[in-house]
Order: sequence, then C-alpha cells, then structure tokens
Amino acid sequence: MTGLNFIGAGLVVIGAGIGIGQIGGKAMEAIARQPEATGKIQTAMLIAAALIEGIGFAALFAV
Amino acid sequence: MHRKITVKALTLVFFLFSIVSFAIDKSKEEKAHGTEKTKEQREKEVEEYIPHHLLDSHDFSLFSYTSDEGEHVYIGFPLPVILWDNGLNIFMSSKFHHGETIAKSGENYYKLDHGKIYKTDAAGTITYDTDHHATNSKPLDFSVTKNVFTVMMVGLLMFFMFSRMAKAYKNNESMPKGMGRLLEPIVIYIRDDIARPNIGEKHYKRYMSYLLTVFFFIWIINLLGLTPLGINVTNNIAITFCLAIITYIITTATAKKDYWKHIFWMPGVPTPMKFILMPIELLGTFIKPFSLMIRLYANITAGHIVLMSILGMIFIAQNWLGGSLSFLLAMVLGILELLVAALQAYIFTMLSALYFGSAVEEHDHH
Amino acid sequence: MDKLIGDFSVGLFFWQLVLFVGLVLLLKKFAWKPILDSVNEREDGIKNALASAEDAKKEMQNLNASNEQLLKDARAERDALMKDAREIKDKMISDAKEEAKEVTSKLIENAQASIEQEKQAALAELKKQVADLSIGIAETVIKKELASKDDQLKLVEGILKEVKLS
Repeated sequence: MTGLNFIGAGLVVIGAGIGIGQIGGKAMEAIARQPEATGKIQTAMLIAAALIEGIGFAALFAV
Repeated sequence: MHRKITVKALTLVFFLFSIVSFAIDKSKEEKAHGTEKTKEQREKEVEEYIPHHLLDSHDFSLFSYTSDEGEHVYIGFPLPVILWDNGLNIFMSSKFHHGETIAKSGENYYKLDHGKIYKTDAAGTITYDTDHHATNSKPLDFSVTKNVFTVMMVGLLMFFMFSRMAKAYKNNESMPKGMGRLLEPIVIYIRDDIARPNIGEKHYKRYMSYLLTVFFFIWIINLLGLTPLGINVTNNIAITFCLAIITYIITTATAKKDYWKHIFWMPGVPTPMKFILMPIELLGTFIKPFSLMIRLYANITAGHIVLMSILGMIFIAQNWLGGSLSFLLAMVLGILELLVAALQAYIFTMLSALYFGSAVEEHDHH
Repeated sequence: MDKLIGDFSVGLFFWQLVLFVGLVLLLKKFAWKPILDSVNEREDGIKNALASAEDAKKEMQNLNASNEQLLKDARAERDALMKDAREIKDKMISDAKEEAKEVTSKLIENAQASIEQEKQAALAELKKQVADLSIGIAETVIKKELASKDDQLKLVEGILKEVKLS
C-alpha cells in the first residue's frame, strides 16, 4: 500500500461525492418544478446515487 | 397520544442503553486493570476493540470484563463449533475459553485466534508470517457462529411474525390486526412502489417472495446491529455476497431471450459496436451484484466503525467535555444509522427488482 | 480487497445461503402467499364494490330517467283523457242541445200542425154550422119571406159574403 493508492481512492471519492451532489441537486430542482412527480424522481435519484456510491465503494476497497 | 409518547420514550431509552452498555463494557475493563493507563494505551485499546467488535465470533457474549481477581469474565453463552477436517468435529465453543485454551476434538487440536479457528498441536503454537497473519492450516469452519445464530433467530422471528400476520388475515376476514397494521403498508409499498414499476405488471408476482424476504431480512438485521446486543451481521462480506449472489442467480435463471440478446448482440447498433459492447455488457451483469454486495457491506461497516470510533473518544478523552460531545455526536449518528438501516434494505430490494425487471423486460421497439 | 477476501467466511456463507433460501421458501408458503392473496382479494373486493356502486348509481339514474318518462307519459295520457272527456262532454251537450232543439221544433211543428188542423176542423165545423145556421136562417127566411125570390137570393148571397170574409 503506497500513498498513491490512497490519493487515487480520495480522488474517486471526491468524484463520487460531486456526482451524488449533482444528482441530489438536480433532483431537488426537478421536484421543485414538478412536485407531483416527487415519488418517481426520488426513486430515480436513489438508484442513480446508489450506482455511483457503488463505484466509490469499489475504489475504497480496491485500495 | 400517551401511547405515542411512551413508544418514543422507550425507543430513546433503548437507544441510550445501547450506547451506555458499550460504555460500561469498556469502563469496567479499565477499572479492573486498576492502574491508570496512558492516553496512548487507551487509544490502542479502542483501536483494537473496533475491528474485534466487527468480527464474527464463536460464542454469543453480550459483554466481558475482568474481575477483581484479574480473570476475564464473559456474560453470554457458547455456541456449537462444527469443523470439517477429514471428518466432522462438533464441540461447544466453551472449550476454547475465548481463545485462552486449546480445544481437543478427536485427535486434532484447535485454537481460536482473532475469531478464526486454526489447527494446531498440543502445545497450541501458532506461527505468524511477516504481516502478522497466522500460517497454521484452517479447517473448514461450518460453526454456528454468533452471526449464524442471529440469522437463525431473525429467521424464526420473521417466520413467526409473518405467519401470524397471515393467520390474522384468515381469521379476521382480510383485515390486518396488531403487528400486521404496521407491516401491511410496507408489504404493499414493496409491491406497488418497488416490484410493480420496476419489474412490470406481468411478471412481478414471481419475485415478490424474494423481494419481501430480502427487504425485511436486511432491515431487521441492520436494526439489530444498532441494539446493545452487539450483533453485526450485514457487515460480513459472506452475508452480503450470499444475498447478492441469490439476486444474480434469480436474474440469470429467469432472464428472457431479450435479456441475453441485449447482452451478446445489442440490437440497433452497428456490427463492430456489437463486438465492443458484448464484453462490457457481460461485465456489467457481474458488476451489478458486486456493487449490491459492496454497498450493503460498506455502508453498515462504515456506520459501525464511525459510531464505535466516536464512542471510543469517550475513553480516549476521559473528560466531561469530550464525553458529552461524543455522546451527542453518537446519538445523532445513531439516528442517521437508523435511517441507513432502512435505506440500505430499500436500495437492495429496489436494485434487485430493477435487475429482475431488466431480465424479464420485453422490448417491442424493434 | 485483500481484507475482503480474507474476511470471507465459507461457513457463514454456507449457513446464510441455506437459512436464507429456507426462509424465502417457508415465508413464501406460510406468509407471503396468504398475505398477498388476502390483500389482493380485499383490493378486488373494494374495486368490485366501487364498480357495483357505480353500476347502482347508473341504474338509479336510468330508473330516475325512466320514472320521469313514465310520469311524462302518464301526464300526457291524463291530458289526452281530459281532452277527450271534455270533447265528449261538449259533444254530448251540443248533441243534447240539438236534440232538444229538434224535439222542441218538432213539438212546435206538431203543435202548429195540430193547431192548424184544429183550426181547419174548427173552420169546417164553423162552416158546417154556418151552413146549418144559414139553412136554418134560410128556412126561417123562406118560411117568413118566401114572397119574393129575389129577396131571398139577395139575402143568401149577403150572408155568404159575410161568412167568407170572416
């Protein structure tokens, strides 16, 4: 385990964080625009966030 | 209204107890040693305790302390050890005395080291390599460990809970009663908001049993991990691997022709692209259950590590400020973990349903 | 990754697989199937109840409409009947009037006829009596003044003239 591994993992986590933040922000905008579709948007948001999260975890455990 | 307050109060008490029990566990250990420890020593102890807490164990002990006579006292009960080592060896884990003694079964000697059983000689020597991993051979361990025991108990609990609920329907002309009133909306939610939209009206009924079972199993077991019993089932990679592999097997076994067609010969793209997409799509089918496995495992493990670390700060700081601060933090985090417990169960069920849906989907756009 | 593989416990995997698959199958038989069935049954029941309520509502509307139709028909019939009755009444009255008129006119006619007859008879009688009287007169005249024939004739003629005039 070298330091570079951790830096790489950190980068992936930053990327995943930005991605999930984007998803959350966009979902909120979408909900604000169409409050009646809240349920559907939330579901789609959770799925997308979960997929990105999976990549983040994969990077963490690959270290 | 009164009832609501009582329930809330009880929940809070139970929750506080879960933090306090850990505290008692540790502080008694500290006191028993008599001598004051330095901060570094305490830090090291907490650091060692956390991974230990996350491990599976061969006995069900609620907590342990060192008595005034300097003897380790464990509160709990032993569990059966089942080993396959050129023949079946079954004995109770009390033989190990929590890793302090060597267990003799038949002609073989076994020793417990960091939660794992190693084959050893009569003297109980364990050799370590440079990374401090034991090099002794390991027998195949099919023991009923703490996690297996918990899974059994949760299985029993779920069976009684839901079969009683089912019976209540029969006796009560299809109106839920008692516990069923709480569970029925969740069952209907899984059917109407997870299974139906993701799998489709035509096929969803086949997957309902699995989805419902996996949701309640993960949820209950995650919640149990937050109780003072000190159980951590879903932070074992074997457990989440097992759940993910079942999802994968169901997806593959029930997949329709369209599913395979979209993997091996993606319609609607040029032929050279088809060859490029084939390995990517095939890899994707493995990545999906893999991410399911990692997600559940990592979320629960991370939650436990962070919670334990914050609690450990009480013993490292050992002053009123650090204590109360970390207590508050732990409480907030505990509430977050309650959410995570349900959310992870939901995500696992949801994604499983999504994968099943992609397996039975019928494309009619070409 | 090493840690993940190192932590992997075959025993735990085996037990979890066995227990979980067993749990799914057991729950499927004893819990999920009856629960979902009865929930479905209830939902179908509610759906059916709603549908039948809708049907009943529609039927009620139909019934109301037909009731109204019936009422309208009845009213029309009543009106027609009333009209007929009135007509009949009018006709009867007019008939009766006509008849009465006829009868009276006939009666009057008869009366007039009989009056005429009577009159004629009376006239004839009168004439006869006048003749008789004349004859009597004549007899007396003759008896009394049968002296001149001319006188006699003059007398008769004068009398006759008078009679005719009256």
